[in-house]
Amino acid sequence: MLTAATMDTAVTSEARNVVLELGGEPSFATRNRLAMRDVSDGARLLPLAWTLGWLDIRLRYRGSMLGPLWLTLSTGIMVGALGYLYAGIFHIDVHDYLPYLALSLVLWGFLASVVSESCTAFTESEGIVRAVRMPFFLFAARLLIRNVLVLAHNILVIAVVYLVFQVWPGWHALLALPGLLLWALDALALVLLLGTFCARFRDILPIVASIIQIAFFMTPVIWKPEQLGSGQRLLPLNPFFDLLEIVRAPLLGTAPGARIWIGAALCSFVLWGLAWSLFTRARGRIAFWI
Amino acid sequence: MTNPHILVEGVSVLFPLYHGNARSLKKTVMAAASGRLGQDRQRRVVVQALRDISFDLRGGDRLGLIGSNGAGKTTLLRTLAGIYEPVIGRVRVQGSLNALLDASLGMNLELTGRENIMLRGLYNGMPRPALPRLEQDVAEFAELGDFLDLPVRIYSAGMVVRLGFALATAIKPEILLMDEWILAGDAEFMDRAQHRLEAMVRGADILVLSSHNTGIVKEWCTRALWLDQGHLRLDGAPERVVDAYLGRAQEPAMVALAD
Repeated sequence: MLTAATMDTAVTSEARNVVLELGGEPSFATRNRLAMRDVSDGARLLPLAWTLGWLDIRLRYRGSMLGPLWLTLSTGIMVGALGYLYAGIFHIDVHDYLPYLALSLVLWGFLASVVSESCTAFTESEGIVRAVRMPFFLFAARLLIRNVLVLAHNILVIAVVYLVFQVWPGWHALLALPGLLLWALDALALVLLLGTFCARFRDILPIVASIIQIAFFMTPVIWKPEQLGSGQRLLPLNPFFDLLEIVRAPLLGTAPGARIWIGAALCSFVLWGLAWSLFTRARGRIAFWI
Repeated sequence: MTNPHILVEGVSVLFPLYHGNARSLKKTVMAAASGRLGQDRQRRVVVQALRDISFDLRGGDRLGLIGSNGAGKTTLLRTLAGIYEPVIGRVRVQGSLNALLDASLGMNLELTGRENIMLRGLYNGMPRPALPRLEQDVAEFAELGDFLDLPVRIYSAGMVVRLGFALATAIKPEILLMDEWILAGDAEFMDRAQHRLEAMVRGADILVLSSHNTGIVKEWCTRALWLDQGHLRLDGAPERVVDAYLGRAQEPAMVALAD
């Protein structure tokens, strides 16, 4: 066998080993095993997911002077403008409202973009999917990493607002960590669910986009739950409320109640159930649909 | 050391046609013209890209796929690469695999040459410490110089081809799946590229090559498959299969009658 030393044109890098067994009308157990292997293979490619997610952000802002700091700046301007506007409309003290709004908008921004980007997670990688066998979980990890990086840039806005208005959530803030972990798991499930679904049915994307828009106004993001009065009883019907609250409440200095936690956990459970049953059934077909 | 092996048993690949856009319409019309359009059990319109294909390849085998456009050559390569999972039949592939199906695999035109090289390495599951060596190898062959740190978008067509080729041939597999694009290129470049390509082909234990160039198939392969509208028309020694294929191609009227 030729080595790099003996011949200048010799190839130097080795491909990785695979054993592929595909085909036949696979049983549920086989499908489940293949889906689990997809997830574990995808998790092993974490360095690649990290690079792809980071490049996605860099590409968006390549050539601009501020780079990804544009994310921070535009969020900051939006928070400042909306903060003073709505504090006026709602007749609330800006000192009380602006920190709430900054936190809510940034967290909502994460949730909304995870949901809407999930729809195109597989179709945007069409070139790769059709050129080489890649675990689909890789694209889920890439989307999560990309959005976590955006969130990290926007956290700066929250920090500045908290500093200016002298808000300190205290040790309760640590309770946001399990909430964030749940968010990460939900984001991965969403990609497996919506990414697969939207690859097959192209009408889902506009439907999801409009649902997100409606949810933004129906969920207490720019308004506070107390402002609903007796309507507060209906808030648990909105799954976004519980999910938002498990991270937002601790960062505002209060521990979310047990009902909120149970609601959020239930949502995540249902989401993973749906995602897994669709993904195990349809994983092998995604390449045909894209 | 694994023992590279490819086993294909009664594989059929059906393409469902869902999206009613112009692209699909074109495909529908083309498929209808070649008589491969059918309906599956759920009455969806499907294109039968491969129909009941079986073969078996072991170390040392060099397989050439020939057939007209749309005969199923690329679909078969994608099936072997694990991209399309067959619903009917079984595919088993064992060994390290590199599939050169698409010149632009993973190449993002907005990214720099260097970033594209890094991504390709990561897509192939290479550990980070191995990436500099890959980068050096590709950069040397592609002769991009300072362009390596500029977006691929601004490269000349020739530079893109050189980078694509250098990337494709930088990773050494036991099983090499090759579509014909890699044999295309201007004569001057191919001269230089030939060495590198042949070294890679020789280094691979199993080669599956899809090509219209029957000369290359005769020269490189030890076995050939003639695919016709998804069917396996003939399987045998390259000379015999190529001659049969060329004989058929010269009598298009006969083909039409036979179908």
